[in-house]
Amino acid sequence: MNTTCIMCPMGCSLTVEEKDGAVIVTGNGCPRGEKYGKAEFTHPERVVTTLLKGTYGGVVSVKTDRPIPKDKIGDLLSWAASFRLDHAVKTGDVIAESPVACGANVVATSDFKGR
Amino acid sequence: MKKFDVVIIGGGPAGMAAALGAREQGASVALLERDDRLGGILNQCIHNGFGLHYFGEELTGPEYAKRFRDKVLADKGITVFLEAMVLSLTEDRVVRAISPTAGLMELHAGAIVLAMGCRERSAGAIALAGTRPAGIYTAGMAQRLSNVEGYLVGKEVVILGSGDIGLIMARRMTSEGAKVKLVAEIMPFSSGLKRNIVQCLNDYDIPLRYSTTVTRVTGKNRLTGVYVAPVDEKMNPLLEKEEYIPCDTLLLSVGLIPENDLLTGTSVEMSRVTSGAVVDEFRQTSVPGIFSAGNVLHVHDLVDNVSEEAFVAGASAAKFSKGELALSETVSVLPSNGVRYALPQKVHQGEGKVKIYFRVDKVYRGRTVVVESGGEVVKRKKTLVMAPGEMQNVEVDKALIRGDLSIYTEE
Amino acid sequence: MEKFDVIVIGGGVVGTAVLRSLAAYKAKTLLLEKASDVATGASRANSGIVHAGYDAETGTKKALFNVKGAAMFPSLTAELHVPYQKTGSLVAAREGGLPALQALYERGVANGVKVEVIDRKRILELEPNISPEIAYALYAPEAGVVSPYKLTIAQADHAVINGAEIRLEEKVVSLEKTADGFAVRTEKGEYFASYVINAAGAGASEVNALIGEDAPTETHAVGDYYILDSKEAGVVNTVVFPLPDEKGKGILVAPTADGNVILGPTSRKVPHEVAEENEVTREGLALVREGVGRLIPCVNLRSVIRVYAGTRTAVGSDFIIEESKKVKNYFMLLGICSPGLTSAPAIGEYVAGVAAEALGLIKKEKMRPLPARFHLTKATEEEIEDKIASDSAYGRIVCRCEKVTEGEILEAIRSPLPAHTVDAVKRRVRAGMGRCQGGFCRPRVMEILSRELNIPLSKIRLGDKGSEIAPYEVKDGYEKV
Repeated sequence: MNTTCIMCPMGCSLTVEEKDGAVIVTGNGCPRGEKYGKAEFTHPERVVTTLLKGTYGGVVSVKTDRPIPKDKIGDLLSWAASFRLDHAVKTGDVIAESPVACGANVVATSDFKGR
Repeated sequence: MKKFDVVIIGGGPAGMAAALGAREQGASVALLERDDRLGGILNQCIHNGFGLHYFGEELTGPEYAKRFRDKVLADKGITVFLEAMVLSLTEDRVVRAISPTAGLMELHAGAIVLAMGCRERSAGAIALAGTRPAGIYTAGMAQRLSNVEGYLVGKEVVILGSGDIGLIMARRMTSEGAKVKLVAEIMPFSSGLKRNIVQCLNDYDIPLRYSTTVTRVTGKNRLTGVYVAPVDEKMNPLLEKEEYIPCDTLLLSVGLIPENDLLTGTSVEMSRVTSGAVVDEFRQTSVPGIFSAGNVLHVHDLVDNVSEEAFVAGASAAKFSKGELALSETVSVLPSNGVRYALPQKVHQGEGKVKIYFRVDKVYRGRTVVVESGGEVVKRKKTLVMAPGEMQNVEVDKALIRGDLSIYTEE
Repeated sequence: MEKFDVIVIGGGVVGTAVLRSLAAYKAKTLLLEKASDVATGASRANSGIVHAGYDAETGTKKALFNVKGAAMFPSLTAELHVPYQKTGSLVAAREGGLPALQALYERGVANGVKVEVIDRKRILELEPNISPEIAYALYAPEAGVVSPYKLTIAQADHAVINGAEIRLEEKVVSLEKTADGFAVRTEKGEYFASYVINAAGAGASEVNALIGEDAPTETHAVGDYYILDSKEAGVVNTVVFPLPDEKGKGILVAPTADGNVILGPTSRKVPHEVAEENEVTREGLALVREGVGRLIPCVNLRSVIRVYAGTRTAVGSDFIIEESKKVKNYFMLLGICSPGLTSAPAIGEYVAGVAAEALGLIKKEKMRPLPARFHLTKATEEEIEDKIASDSAYGRIVCRCEKVTEGEILEAIRSPLPAHTVDAVKRRVRAGMGRCQGGFCRPRVMEILSRELNIPLSKIRLGDKGSEIAPYEVKDGYEKV
């Protein structure tokens, strides 16, 4: 796998390979790059931010309260597309607990009036 | 007529931090915001990545704004005017504004902090050739329409410019089911953050072409496509290599311009490079009592830096209003050799340290940043890499200042 | 079938001038416009110049209506509250250009226009930034600048409050002579008219063909323009032309009536099919820059806020302004290119007079005056306070750059001829015409339109059909990526 390290502005081009059961990172300029490369290779994760629509109109911004596996992002966005929020929420309120078994809660990042 | 120690124009991240900075010094504060809520553009930046430096955690834009907004609104010493647009200001610090609830108002300020932010360069400003259909937006406009209003501008997208808002919108549109066909960047590098290139483009296999621009657009009522072409070293497109990309949307992320139109007619000295005022380390402009902070002063990469800068500006404005900002002689900060601009442009001699922010003119690897004063090197800082999109800083001991400071890079 | 005494086809500056003049008579009149607003063709994108009248060949209709029209502008624009300034114009010539200027001078005198040839010293008094190459100029003090779309809109509004009707988005698809008039069919309806006036601009030949009149070949010339930020106002005081050539009056530099600076146009022939696409070309913009450099070299092109193109449609060398000899009670206005804007008020009066005589219409005793719109930037403090007291929307600024309030936008949407698109609002109150070009205010204007027209935001258009700005709701039609 080829990727770019984002740990610092250097932006090292990393190559990550599995050899004999070990994950080998090359191209990194420092230990942080190795750690990043390994994580990106074995279990890449992202915090997802998106909108949810209200049942009665309007949108509310949300995020996952922790990074979720990259391969769950598509499922989560599909869930978000069909979900409709029917009540008022405040920033920080949990709207859904681990939807699509993504392992993170979906939390409001802004206030929403409901209707 | 109303009197305040400090009048702050703009209620985005800069204005809110300035208000808190001024309050820390015990000043009475008026905060004028043109929108109907505080927070500025942060309110439409629903992505995360804010606050890592300032709060030590990753927040979304609305969350970052809320942290400041809650404090501002809870402080009885800050009078907030919403939907209030400043029409004019004078050098003796009279601010005229208008709002639907207060009507025309005249505020007399002990000190003024400018915190109006910036605007996006438009299709007109880059003299975009072609027809004039719907389907061409600044990235921020598309962002507001989607994140605040809940409406999507199109389904097949080309983005011109790889500034951060453009990169963020590439991911945002994709996660709404739109297809981002290309991000074209006229420069040989991106002015956006590395993290955004990886997480907004690479994660979604969105192609980014450097040294490439949009040469013209087609479509009568709605955009039907754009022509792109590589550019030569002088940024002139190689039209023989023009390529047509059908799309219904063109987003522009081609630069931000500090909104200093209020200063027209004043003697506030402006920088041709930053398009903001020339300031000292307290963010005071050449007109005593007028301060400037945030993106209206110079375009920042991180909101965290905006908050830090504006807090200082607000606190200094409060001190000025009480006659407590005693200032010594200034020296100039002069950028050269790879440093495009440095800010503050003026520094007072005295005690303590001063942090000089600067941007480089292109990507440099393994260079040393040198600050000289009166012929003596006062600071050297080795760097791994410096990119124009990322603001750098270097701290200098004021006691070492013997004359103008020159800041430059060397191999 | 609704019956009208007169139907005007085409809502440009000419069509609305005719309609307004007709509204002075006791008659039932209708204007049909195919686009989403009036002033969307050549009347939107042109130089906005009130020509003095030295340019047109003596004895032509162009010369006649130009000179007559120009004289109407000061009172007309005051009556209709349209931005207009009598700036004067210069035709700037280098050393050796004197004979050409002399010829223009003589034509001006023959046309009855106040003109004089002036030397560099006088030029510098008028235009301190003039190119050092310029040695002489023809000075026409009566020339001026006007907002062409605001004039068109004001004429339309004035006609409407005096009883005329305007239907937008109704393209005429058939035109038939009946025993006592015409059956006019559009995409939406069918109307009867005793008298029909063809003011269809770039589509006028097509309309002629519908009724069996000659459909002369039109030539369409696209011209590119730059508009500069209002902070550049003052770089030029008068309308500065180069010496005219076979393509036209050339690339000019002028203040606009609304306080910007305009540069252009070029002249590029295009086929009829794309005449209304108004495509800006890189080559055209380069030509404008070159042309401007020869007149006012210090113009700051970094202050450009918009580039656009406009199309001028010509038929032969003169205007065609005549009643049909083949079809009774059918009036043709073809090839009204420059100086069409200047001529329009005079053309309107003349054509309305011809139709009135044909139908035996009687003049009304008086017309209702057009009320002035409120403009924050032009109002006194007292007026502003009063306005906000009457409606707080007048204290809510929507367009920051041009300082346009929500109240002004609501006025535009509730105008006699209502604005129902973002561009229509823009043309009436300048929201989005400033340096950010709607970057901030366009979503706000869309919200206001959505609320006022009671339609979803996704249906709000920039201009004509198919120009929806944000056509989808988020999450709709999402497919997993």
